[in-house]
Amino acid sequence: MVDNVIAVRGVSKAFAGVQALDTISLEIAPGEIHCLAGENGSGKSTLIKVISGVHAADEGTIELNGKEFSKLTPMEAISNGVQVIYQDFSVFPNLTVMENLALTAELAEHRTFVNWRRMRRIATEAIAKINVKIDLDAKVGQLSVAQKQLVAIARALMSNARLIIMDEPTTALTKREVDALFGIILDLKSRGIATLFVSHKLEEVFEISERFTIIRNGKHVITCLPEELDHKKFSFFMTGREFDDARFTPQIRATQPILETSRLSAHGAFSDVSLSLRPGEILGITGLLGSGRTELALALFGSLKSDSGEIRIDGKAVVLDSVRTAISHGIGYVPEDRLTEGLFLERSIGSNIVISEIDSFVSSLGVLEQDKADAEAQRWITDLRIATPDAQNAVSTLSGGNQQRIVLAKWLATKPRVLILNGPTVGVDIGSKHDIHRVLRELAAEGLAVIVISDDIPEVIQNCNRVLVMNAGRIVSELDPTQTSELELAALMSKDVQTLEGIS
Amino acid sequence: MTAITTSRSRVRLFRDQHVTRLASILVVLLLFFALVRTENFFRLATWQSMAVQFPEFGLMALGVMLTMIIGGIDLSVVGIANMTAIGSATLMLSIAPTGSDSPEGYLALMAAIFFSLLVGALAGAFNGFLVAKVKIPAILVTLGTFELFTGIAVIISGGKPTSGLPPEYGEVMASRLFGVIPMPLIIFIVATAVIGVLMYKTAFGTKLYMLGSNETAAEFSGLKTTSLTIRTYMISGLLASVAGLVMLGNYNSAKADYGSTYTLLAILIVVLGGVNPNGGSGRLAGVILAVVVLQVLSSLLNTFPHISNFYRPLIWGGVLLLVIVVNQWDKRDHLARLFRWKGTTS
Repeated sequence: MVDNVIAVRGVSKAFAGVQALDTISLEIAPGEIHCLAGENGSGKSTLIKVISGVHAADEGTIELNGKEFSKLTPMEAISNGVQVIYQDFSVFPNLTVMENLALTAELAEHRTFVNWRRMRRIATEAIAKINVKIDLDAKVGQLSVAQKQLVAIARALMSNARLIIMDEPTTALTKREVDALFGIILDLKSRGIATLFVSHKLEEVFEISERFTIIRNGKHVITCLPEELDHKKFSFFMTGREFDDARFTPQIRATQPILETSRLSAHGAFSDVSLSLRPGEILGITGLLGSGRTELALALFGSLKSDSGEIRIDGKAVVLDSVRTAISHGIGYVPEDRLTEGLFLERSIGSNIVISEIDSFVSSLGVLEQDKADAEAQRWITDLRIATPDAQNAVSTLSGGNQQRIVLAKWLATKPRVLILNGPTVGVDIGSKHDIHRVLRELAAEGLAVIVISDDIPEVIQNCNRVLVMNAGRIVSELDPTQTSELELAALMSKDVQTLEGIS
Repeated sequence: MTAITTSRSRVRLFRDQHVTRLASILVVLLLFFALVRTENFFRLATWQSMAVQFPEFGLMALGVMLTMIIGGIDLSVVGIANMTAIGSATLMLSIAPTGSDSPEGYLALMAAIFFSLLVGALAGAFNGFLVAKVKIPAILVTLGTFELFTGIAVIISGGKPTSGLPPEYGEVMASRLFGVIPMPLIIFIVATAVIGVLMYKTAFGTKLYMLGSNETAAEFSGLKTTSLTIRTYMISGLLASVAGLVMLGNYNSAKADYGSTYTLLAILIVVLGGVNPNGGSGRLAGVILAVVVLQVLSSLLNTFPHISNFYRPLIWGGVLLLVIVVNQWDKRDHLARLFRWKGTTS
């Protein structure tokens, strides 16, 4: 047995009383491709941060290169060959590829003057290590996601890495880019460099990972070989619950669509989108990051201008030129990122819920009838089971799941006829996720037309009665989820098609 | 229901650490004043002269507070005050030249007030337009318009004080309710009450806080963010023009460089009052307390003849930085931790 690259032994870490990690152990051999899986909030990120020295563990030790550390610093982690590639890649978008690659080395040597020739040499060597072609003089901000990732990998490899940790590396990649990435990882493996893959999606990591470690609520659940896992077991280990696979069946009463688009296009975002939605339906729209799914939602909510095509509500063509127009037509939108787009974090729960309908609580004298607004807020808190002792508390005191319910409540309070939800359960604990799905199904049963935009494949398959797949700005197929497997859907999402820039 | 709301607002006022902290600072300051300058402290004139002075910058601070709650700032308040004061002074002189009859004087007074408020509101709306529509950072917009408004004021007045106002104006502004309460204080109280109602009893007030807390979410919630922003700066301009009228009464003249220290003072007051410079939080009560605290501090300094007025900017700047540092520290819970720590060991 070769010595491990890293051995994490019994590491625990608590934040303000919350046990983020509870006696976790993890060993990775040289050249091993190891997958760390777990739900959002299971402690994956905390574990990475402990391994890379960002957080000091409360208990337990980390062994690197045969040296044991109880308090690891970031510098010690790096000098012992641990490199992390975060989801945002931590690159400097305003600098060129060359500068991004060479800067660390320049800084590490405490150089006062810049030698461009030396920087170019360093960068060329770094890129050569991963056998790819990237223009060294391109600004990193203008590269594609996959290319940015390559820059980040090349930079990580410069400092004699022995373990590369990749946090959700495939989220925004097409199938071909994923294959290219896997090629690089296998190449690294042949040179004895281990990879720790962090992911919560089975499909993408199954074909490459040699061992799995699954954690849940900060506790180690299982470390096993891929042969021992199937999809059902994987979700069980991740969530600790058996799923009922009850799928959504719509009760569609009206035959007339409430919302339709025909050949709707917005330059550089999406093109030729035609869809129709009837009351009682839950329509899924899925696609990778950058497939145009969010832009389409924004166009339907009046926040993004479309340049051709038509939107019809109740069969009548409308121009949704502002959010207010969309709201007046009965459209609600639960945005992608609730923290930056949905919530007023330091304001009270109550005012967050009633803000979109606040004008209806104003008396004829122009005075805000606070008690009526409070009563309305309280009604939604009860209805959606928002866990709070006091509606006057700031929204920032709530958990992710409860915060998402606030955004949902805000929109339901406006009595919408069409509700568009963009990533309704991102960063939400599993219990809240189920509750939100239940609420959506109930609303649809009451005749609301719902659009769920999500790249969470099981979510889309289980909760929608129709699914549109977007790829590079176009709807590439319409599926019946009862006839489609998760793998098929995933393949459609990440298939390489001509990019939008190419056609428009 | 009313019982619930009142108890709730009391709880909230207590929970607001700035308000409690400021109230205790004020009490300590007053005690110190009473002990060290007993004679001054128990003289009515001391308080009356304060009540004449602080509405000048207090009114400006109310405007700055509103703009800061929506995440902006208004550095042009002094410019607006001087421009409108000079404009209305010039208007009064043309309606009622020196030696005119009393009816003409009162006509001039009414015209001046109307003109001043109108121009103030327009100037503020101009700020709001540049911030909300042209999307220039508020600090740059209002710095620019401060120079612009001051420039207009210099040109109208030729850089000299505009004086010789109709005596009716001075009489009204110097009058005292029940012979005790000076006019500027009454104006300040009325303005505070109006702003208070606006902030806490109307949908507009709630929307301001929401807009300041998260502009994108406000947009996505269907708020008219552009109109809200323009109206906020308009109110700030309006309040600044009222301050201009008060200054015109107090000095019986107008000049383009009056109140040059008030910009910093108004911002100091708002920050001291607990308004988050990034927007979204802060209470009117805190700002009012801060106005009073600074006025008392200022009057107290006046009673020490060996502390020169030259020290004043130094003191204001120091206080401003201290408050910002303490607030920043407080945000990370250090103060609370410090108190908790003391609590457990003692």
